[in-house]
Amino acid sequence: MSAKLTLGPVLFNWKPETWRDFYFRIADETDVDTVYVGEVVCSKRAPFYAPHIPDVIERLQAAGKEVIVSTLALIMNTREMNELRETAGDRDLMIEANDVSACALLAGRPHAIGPYVNIYNEGTLKYFTGRGATRVCLPVELGRDAMTALVKDTPAELEVQVFGRLPLAISARCYHARAHMLHKDNCQFVCDQDPDGLEVETLDQEAFLAVNGVQTMSHSYQNLSAELAEMQSLGINHFRLSPHSTDMVAVAGLYRQVLNRALSADEADAKLAGLTNDAAFSNGYYHGAKGVDFVLPGMD
Amino acid sequence: MNKALELVCPAGTPASLHAAVDNGADAVYLGFRDETNARNFPGLNFSRKELQEGLDFAHARGCEVFLAVNTFPEAGNPGPWRKAVDDAAALGVDCVILADIGLLDYAASHHPDLRRHLSVQASASNPDAINFYVDAFDVKRVVLPRVLSVPEIKALNGQINVETEVFVFGGLCVMAEGRCQLSSYATGESPNINGVCSPASHVRYEDEGDRMVSKLGDFTINAFDENEAAGYPTLCKGRFRAGGQASYLFEEPTSLNAASMLSELAAAGVTALKIEGRQRGRAYVAQVVAAFRRAADAVHAGEAVGDLGLQAITEGQAKTSGAYNKSWR
Repeated sequence: MSAKLTLGPVLFNWKPETWRDFYFRIADETDVDTVYVGEVVCSKRAPFYAPHIPDVIERLQAAGKEVIVSTLALIMNTREMNELRETAGDRDLMIEANDVSACALLAGRPHAIGPYVNIYNEGTLKYFTGRGATRVCLPVELGRDAMTALVKDTPAELEVQVFGRLPLAISARCYHARAHMLHKDNCQFVCDQDPDGLEVETLDQEAFLAVNGVQTMSHSYQNLSAELAEMQSLGINHFRLSPHSTDMVAVAGLYRQVLNRALSADEADAKLAGLTNDAAFSNGYYHGAKGVDFVLPGMD
Repeated sequence: MNKALELVCPAGTPASLHAAVDNGADAVYLGFRDETNARNFPGLNFSRKELQEGLDFAHARGCEVFLAVNTFPEAGNPGPWRKAVDDAAALGVDCVILADIGLLDYAASHHPDLRRHLSVQASASNPDAINFYVDAFDVKRVVLPRVLSVPEIKALNGQINVETEVFVFGGLCVMAEGRCQLSSYATGESPNINGVCSPASHVRYEDEGDRMVSKLGDFTINAFDENEAAGYPTLCKGRFRAGGQASYLFEEPTSLNAASMLSELAAAGVTALKIEGRQRGRAYVAQVVAAFRRAADAVHAGEAVGDLGLQAITEGQAKTSGAYNKSWR
């Protein structure tokens, strides 16, 4: 199977028009095979851009992209539960589950499972493929050894995030609100001030994390450009780019060129560095190291 | 209220197990000495022989024993986790506390009579997730993640048909449990895979003269003046800079104490109260268990829960009722 590039859901609180125009440009100009659309992080954000979702899906599908609707990772109240049930009730959509509740609602029909559901081993993977999961984006802390074991004998297409800040944690508490000394229930949507997350440094001014509402992410950008070929040889064929405010058309183009052997990973990395505000890259999880590490080829 | 709140207490060692049992635990929970449980710390946990002795001691005194097998089995290596469940059944533990779906499936099909509880590490925070675990694996109790307020717990209990257990004292995860990779990002070792968070093997304290710096991996987690006590660098309880301000961005170095909310938790339909602290010594366990025994009995008798007198063991540690009180968020 040839390699597929996918674009994960926008994880940040972008202005509704920015969100819409981003996806229009993805539809019109970007060489990706699959696009995930939908709110994963905070249910309070969704109503703002929801009016644009039908147009976005239509435009993406018209451009030949496979569209998958992503769902919320942490469901804590009746409103969120009912919204998920409503989404899952639309049988025309391919849906990505990000909580076990969504896996349950989607059982018996083809669906995707995102990186927020803990599929760490072949027993769990087999359980979910037996209930209809056809695509599984692996949890971020799984590396090459786990991928090697999981890809064996599974009917599912496995997907790995290869670009973008890593989603590391999700909480009931909103750290964006807390950083602005606001209460979650009156957050004033301050997360919209940081289109790539609020950067978090140590007391010694070292870049560390990024806060995205109730989500905590890596400061570094995952970059598995140099690992694409090896993952393909293992049998992993779906590679996820997680959206940032940078030029994602350019980012996708670089990964496509690496997949096509038209560009070396080194050359791609040099260009990617210019597209990510020189944030550090990381690939440590893949190599069984700390997630923050960037392991040079052949050094693990 | 016709049924008393059940008290589920930590046992990191045989000595702590004895202390918990002798001070009124209804159940103790513990793990094997390996990566199959979420408190895989040096010097803690039980061999098979120690578990057998602990079972004999507890059962003779009317106390149950729960075995936590609540990390996520390594891909390609299910053996140690399955063996933990097999041995639990063979030794006669009262239940296994599981998080991984593959392992729940294994336990339900190979040991259908071994009672199963859902670990907090499964992060089941809503009725559809919980009902899935009940329907698919016949779990009899769900340990709720520390993300829900008391009204949310009450609403949830109205939509599920399974016992719920909540943490009331000890360490406080501020992230949804089982869904946090902060530790492995900084150290390579995670709760889900290795059963550790912010492990001591990756902690350093650096005395810089005017300040003491605590580090986890390569990252400064906190820095203390000469007149401040240097706390342990648990990643989410550190001081960081965001938007130009240094603060305890995620949470202060605080721990959970929901003693004042036990009546509300009982009214919300909770079955059992869980005390965190398998890494704690027997004196701590004895004192906390005895205090919560008195509190649970008071709630059952319809009396007010007085001061638990736990200040001495939590000296210098701030306390919070966490997400049970919605304003925490």
